[in-house]
Amino acid sequence: MYAVNYHRAASVTEAAKLAKSGDAKLLSGGMTLIPAMKTRLAAPSDLVDLSRIKELQGVKVSGKAVTIGAAATHFDVANDEKLRKACPALAHLASLIGDPAVRHKGTIGGSIANNDPAADYPAALLALGATIITNKREISADKFFKGLFETALKDGEIITAVSFTAPAKAAYEKFRNPASRYAIVGVFVAKGKDGVSVAVTGAGDDGVFRSKEIEAALAKSFDAASLEGVKVPAKNLMSDMHASADYRANLIAVMAKRAVAAANA
Amino acid sequence: MGIEGVGARVARKEDKRFITGAGRYVDDMVVPGMKHAAFVRSPHAHAQIKKIDVKKAQGMPGVIGVLTGKELKADGIGNLICGWMIHSKDGTPMKMGAWSPLAVDKVRYVGDAVVVVVAETKGQARDAAEAVEITYKELKAVVDATKALENGAPQIHAEAENNLIFDWEIGDANATDAAIKAAAHVTRMKIVNNRLVPNAMEPRAALGHYDKAEDHYTCWTTSQNPHVARLVMSAFYNVAPENKLRVIAPDVGGGFGSKIYIYPEEIVCLWASKKTGVPVKWVADRTESFLTDAHGRDHVSTVEMAFDKDNRITGLKVDTIANLGAYMSLFSSCVPTYLYATLLSGQYDIPTIHANVRTVYTNTAPVDAYRGAGRPEATYLLERTMEAAARELGVSPAELRRKNFITSFPHQTPVIMNYDAGDYAASLDAAMQTADYAGFAKRKADAARMGKLRGIGMSCYIEACGIAPSAAVGSLGAGVGLWESAEVRVNAVGTIEVLTGSHSHGQGHETTFAQLVNQRFGVPIDSVSIVHGDTDKVQMGMGTYGSRSGAVGMSAIAKALDKVEAKAKKIAAHLLEADEGDIVIENGALKVAGTDKNVPWFQVALAAYTAHNLPAGMEPGLKETAFYDPANFTFPAGCYICEVEIDPETGTTEIVQFVAADDFGNIINPMIVEGQVHGGIAQGVGQALLEGAHYDASGQLLTASYMDYTMPRAGDLPSFKVSTSNTPCPSNPLGIKGCGEAGAIGSPPAVINAITDAIGIADIAMPATPSTVWAAIRAATKH
Repeated sequence: MYAVNYHRAASVTEAAKLAKSGDAKLLSGGMTLIPAMKTRLAAPSDLVDLSRIKELQGVKVSGKAVTIGAAATHFDVANDEKLRKACPALAHLASLIGDPAVRHKGTIGGSIANNDPAADYPAALLALGATIITNKREISADKFFKGLFETALKDGEIITAVSFTAPAKAAYEKFRNPASRYAIVGVFVAKGKDGVSVAVTGAGDDGVFRSKEIEAALAKSFDAASLEGVKVPAKNLMSDMHASADYRANLIAVMAKRAVAAANA
Repeated sequence: MGIEGVGARVARKEDKRFITGAGRYVDDMVVPGMKHAAFVRSPHAHAQIKKIDVKKAQGMPGVIGVLTGKELKADGIGNLICGWMIHSKDGTPMKMGAWSPLAVDKVRYVGDAVVVVVAETKGQARDAAEAVEITYKELKAVVDATKALENGAPQIHAEAENNLIFDWEIGDANATDAAIKAAAHVTRMKIVNNRLVPNAMEPRAALGHYDKAEDHYTCWTTSQNPHVARLVMSAFYNVAPENKLRVIAPDVGGGFGSKIYIYPEEIVCLWASKKTGVPVKWVADRTESFLTDAHGRDHVSTVEMAFDKDNRITGLKVDTIANLGAYMSLFSSCVPTYLYATLLSGQYDIPTIHANVRTVYTNTAPVDAYRGAGRPEATYLLERTMEAAARELGVSPAELRRKNFITSFPHQTPVIMNYDAGDYAASLDAAMQTADYAGFAKRKADAARMGKLRGIGMSCYIEACGIAPSAAVGSLGAGVGLWESAEVRVNAVGTIEVLTGSHSHGQGHETTFAQLVNQRFGVPIDSVSIVHGDTDKVQMGMGTYGSRSGAVGMSAIAKALDKVEAKAKKIAAHLLEADEGDIVIENGALKVAGTDKNVPWFQVALAAYTAHNLPAGMEPGLKETAFYDPANFTFPAGCYICEVEIDPETGTTEIVQFVAADDFGNIINPMIVEGQVHGGIAQGVGQALLEGAHYDASGQLLTASYMDYTMPRAGDLPSFKVSTSNTPCPSNPLGIKGCGEAGAIGSPPAVINAITDAIGIADIAMPATPSTVWAAIRAATKH
């Protein structure tokens, strides 16, 4: 790691101000940034730590309305009693991220700001039609996630929370990369008042996406049987040493089927 | 056996410090004035070094020295060597290319060390390493051994034309060809043994300290054999004469073979310490470990196994290409030859065998022994072929094996080895019974109803441990003898220090070696200290690898204990005014057999050192040394059965049962043996299901971190069902065969046999990842 100036921000306003210093980077759980710095692949001049800012903490559930502070850890999300009742699929997803150490440090804001194409949260937020709230504006999930490690965030823009309406039914199924345990394919299915939404992470060569084929099949009947024989095209899917595009296409259908079964269970 | 004697399940003495984080590893060592090294490594797999500019780096903060291969050569430091000479079948010696500790003209793999920077802090050393400017002219690279042999392939070393290091054979080619021609059935296979990265938990490290006042060097290093390191660095690398070089291997966090060899870094740290005048420490980061630790396996073979009409094996013909990487590591040549082809008879009575082995340079990390070293490759080849043969012949895999088992001993194979003892059917029967082999069909049908593919596979392995009779290995090309030394020092109060040339880096020697002493003298194991890993304390030793510490290292201790016992009995007889032949040792005392007359152990020790009343002419003291040179290899063997369930939708394989029935000869501590078997199987399952080193065509290692290289996790493994049977080894005084590598040797074919059985296919590549298995199922169902 190269030498770096560390700042602990007390408020979002202060963080935004500090973020203007040098070649600063915002630090939340640091689950991606710190390893990149340790291997000297990232070399920010300054780190602005958001993780202790009070206004970014906590999970709030009011009826069907859910708001999760950007600095809420995966552990917070996985174990919030109200959320586990309102949207158990998202709590379950958080419980599947990394290992206990990662879940106690990593945050939802950090994860979606990084938009790793194999991260779990982007699939959930896209399928849930969530809103990403920043210190400047509100952005809908489908506008927020833009390709690999790209988001709609502008320089100095800080995510403060995400919000969504809990769906009637939802589930997340993840097939892990055997080495990294990130998703090779993760499928989040949600059935809400606007219909069925299915988002896929880990597989798209341009990041998280919604599967039209799966959504179309489930629109007729939200049932695992509806997905029998449904083929997901391998086009635009990633192919690497861990999984071919064909294999990922197969896994999308299989994980979707299992997710629907879990959502209906 | 007593509660701490041979055969007792004694908790490991060393675990308290390991579990509480109090172990002392090379990185824990601090010497006054110590500075830190960082290596500038080649980013290219194959390139000429055109220019090295160190000026900018030299001016960086904290920098003490920036040193190159040219300076190292100018100081007379030698090239790294391979210490086992193999001759090709045409009689020519192996073609060893030069391996300079710091590359001078050319780099040959990604990670090749080129420049070393010494600075006040590790961070400053790294900063300066980044500032070293090296101009390369990239050359075409080759990573695949078969392709490296093709005409027009990049030439890696001038010494080895077409990258061929040697073309070696063993056995009778004509008789084997004739057997294949006359066979009623021939099973033919192509067998690929995947390349692995050893991944010891503790990365390699070295601390070199040149003491100018004494003109003396000390090297703390992560070594499985510090004396061999001293010998080689002294005799071949010209670092320092042996009497001026002390090598210390303190607590070492796993080796698996990868820490046998002497690497460039420890040589460079010692040399750089003299050059810069400060002690120099280097600790690998995990990326350096992936790139530069000697890798394992990487064989491609074809095999033909001939059977007569009664399904008896009549001949075996093997052709193997072994990838040795960019340079010949210390024992790289013996792994695919004498540790591999000599085991190709397996547990079977095979009248004729011929094996041809070509070893090849490629632009990849050097390849050398990794847990099992040649024997996993032989076992995988043989046991996959037996399985395929049983399916082709339409007979039970168990019965085909049983029919061909060697049943009388000693047995001379056609490939050098003379098996001294064994009962292969006993292990097979035990494994089949534990696995409820007979109930498999029902379990398979039950699994099918749940949409799962269930398969069962077995592997009957044999290995050669206790390496090795020095004269025998000398005649085969070894540069060293493979005996072991021991010294037993009884202190004046009766406590005991055992100095051993074996080295413990996870094996539990501090416990098992003490148990041996407890068995002999009744001294509590807490009063027995095992001293190892320091060339200033232990006179000489050959170290730990090849499951040799029990069979060879403890045999040396037993010999020294014999001498101590004989002298102690003489003293006791003198004190008790009895005949020496009537003295027995019981419950911590030496007594006259059949009487109450006795003298406690500690009093005998005290008498030896006060020397007030010793037999006439006896020297004071109670300390003896022994060297033990084994009479033969030892031959652990066993049967492993693996049962898997595959989810055809995702290709995920779950090991639902794993049974190991091993014959390790006599056992000192069953708990430690079980731990060795568990660890070995975990690594073997890792090879079969999870682990694989992948280079891209340009020679970049794609699996250079745990994000891409899959290590086995607890959740990948079932609870193993292990058992041992025991045919004592007749070739050493303790009857021990060795257990350290068996799990890694026996398990991969059992796993792959089970997977191919479940899917109903002839073969699948290791590692059989979900993606590979899914593709295989899809290909099988398309036909």
